Amino acid sequence: MSTKGTEGGEANAGRRAPANGLQGSGRQGSGRGEVVAELEWASKSFGKVAAVSELDFELRAGEVVALLGPNGAGKTTTVRLLMGLIRSSAGAARLFGIDPVRTEARVRVGAMLQVSKVPETLTVREHVGLFASYYPHPLALPEVMAAAGLDGLEGRLFGKLSGGQRQRVLFALAICGDPDLLFLDEPSAGLDVESRRSLWERIAARKRAGGSVLLTTHNLEEADFLADRIVLLDRGHVLAEGSPDEIKARVAGRTVRCRTSLSGGELERLPGVRAVRRDGELVELFAAEPERLVVALLAADPALSGLEVRGAGLEEAFLALTCGLAPAGGGAGTGTKETMAGSRQAGGKEAA
Amino acid sequence: MSALATTTDTGTSRMVAAAPRRSLARIYWLEARAEALKAMRLPAFVLPLFFFPIMFYLLFGVAMRYGALGGVSVAEYMLATYGAFGVMNAALFGFGIGVAGERGQGWLLLKRATPMPPLALFVGKLAMSLLFSAAVIAVLFALGLGPGHVRAPATTLAELAAVLVAGALPFAAMGLALGYWAGPNSAPVLCNLLSLPMAFASGLWIPYPMLPSFLRQIAHGLPAYHYAQLALGVIGAGNREPAAWGVLYLVGFTAVMLALARLGYLRDEGRTYG
Repeated sequence: MSTKGTEGGEANAGRRAPANGLQGSGRQGSGRGEVVAELEWASKSFGKVAAVSELDFELRAGEVVALLGPNGAGKTTTVRLLMGLIRSSAGAARLFGIDPVRTEARVRVGAMLQVSKVPETLTVREHVGLFASYYPHPLALPEVMAAAGLDGLEGRLFGKLSGGQRQRVLFALAICGDPDLLFLDEPSAGLDVESRRSLWERIAARKRAGGSVLLTTHNLEEADFLADRIVLLDRGHVLAEGSPDEIKARVAGRTVRCRTSLSGGELERLPGVRAVRRDGELVELFAAEPERLVVALLAADPALSGLEVRGAGLEEAFLALTCGLAPAGGGAGTGTKETMAGSRQAGGKEAA
Repeated sequence: MSALATTTDTGTSRMVAAAPRRSLARIYWLEARAEALKAMRLPAFVLPLFFFPIMFYLLFGVAMRYGALGGVSVAEYMLATYGAFGVMNAALFGFGIGVAGERGQGWLLLKRATPMPPLALFVGKLAMSLLFSAAVIAVLFALGLGPGHVRAPATTLAELAAVLVAGALPFAAMGLALGYWAGPNSAPVLCNLLSLPMAFASGLWIPYPMLPSFLRQIAHGLPAYHYAQLALGVIGAGNREPAAWGVLYLVGFTAVMLALARLGYLRDEGRTYG
């Protein structure tokens, strides 16, 4: 896979060469820059549960990658493996070509993890000052405050901050060492729309400055807004990977909405149905060829109402890829990615 | 992005900007300072820590100062035992509840994700425990020398204070082990369940000679007993056991606790957090 052009990074560890480029210039997709984070065939089980199975992953300098998936998909485990916070059961994790637990790697990394509580009796300045002291080239405090949107709150105790401000302090702790690579595990969890938007802007600013970012989220909009590349995870496997547009294209299809009395089982047996989502009488079907589906649907339930056919957004793509794969449906138009992912998953299970 | 403070004149930026590269000494200092500030601003931690030893010492030690125990005044005897009680609690609760809480909330994981030197956290917390121990001892000594009418050579008092404060080490290790094995909610309960009976059976509340005989037998197996005896030995009021034996016991106890803490830490590395 990757060529390890990172020996230099190991030798004079600590400082990235901003010359590695990517400052400003577009960085569409991989293929450029040094590999900054890498999982090689990594697996991690907790007891009998395989959180991550034989995962290959690569993140290059300047890239923003979103790990997207439902709860339990293995997103957080992937981040922790990459950061060396847990040991993999098999395979290897590397940051900048070296073991992630090494200080030379850690000084180039900042992280925003899911923390349920931060010590509340320290001020913002004390928190940030302490974390900044761990790094050889920290940002100056005013710079951190500005980048995190915390101006004027330096002397405030953490316990006296609002939810959005607290999350921004965690962001400040992540960036205060001016890291080359930022890990953001569910950065906007529990934030209101406004705070989320403002956090996105701050993350985007890191990206514009040439930083690499790996974020996990189950918010599709977030991945779409921030990421150059999306990796869809489900139960520890990669389901699909590509730019937000590619992810959508891969599951070219339509969403058919209607009100019907048909049961879930009956709906799944209709031709071309890949996923079913229902809310009482209101049903959403995802299908590659909506025309055939609509014909069959009307035949099965002449009384249906409110028929509507829409283009599929990332939300639908996600739904189709992660949950309901209807095995029937004549395999219409399924040269697409999710069957490959499906077969890969099966292969993984055999190997395990 | 990396503009290293061109703004060093702006005061506020001085703290972060003045360090061109990381200095271990500075990290340890900031860590210790943060731990101390954190605890100091937490009344639920500070108040009981001072209140109980002081109240007990006033009620029993100072009030009965003219009595004699083990060849010294009650006030002097209890300066050693309630001093030991105060230090033990400062170290055990400071470490136990602190580590368990921060670990359970994911805070320690976030710290581990930084390039923080692994020992900085423990050095910081230990410094905090020693500081609080010294503060408790200082207050008790003030009470003892003032209203308690304790009269002893300055060297003896200094030695007593030193032994008492050093006693924070084994109980800090015990708190660390507890912090890595107990959950954030059970840690305070466990700390109390361990410390209160142990303090009682070791003669920290009621002097050892007045304990029922079965407790006196149990006492010899408890770290708090050996700790108190070392302190009492300084003022010549102990059970005349060789100090070396007490020290050896406590060093061994500390080593076992540190090993347990390490096991708990390794266990954390292999598991998920919620």
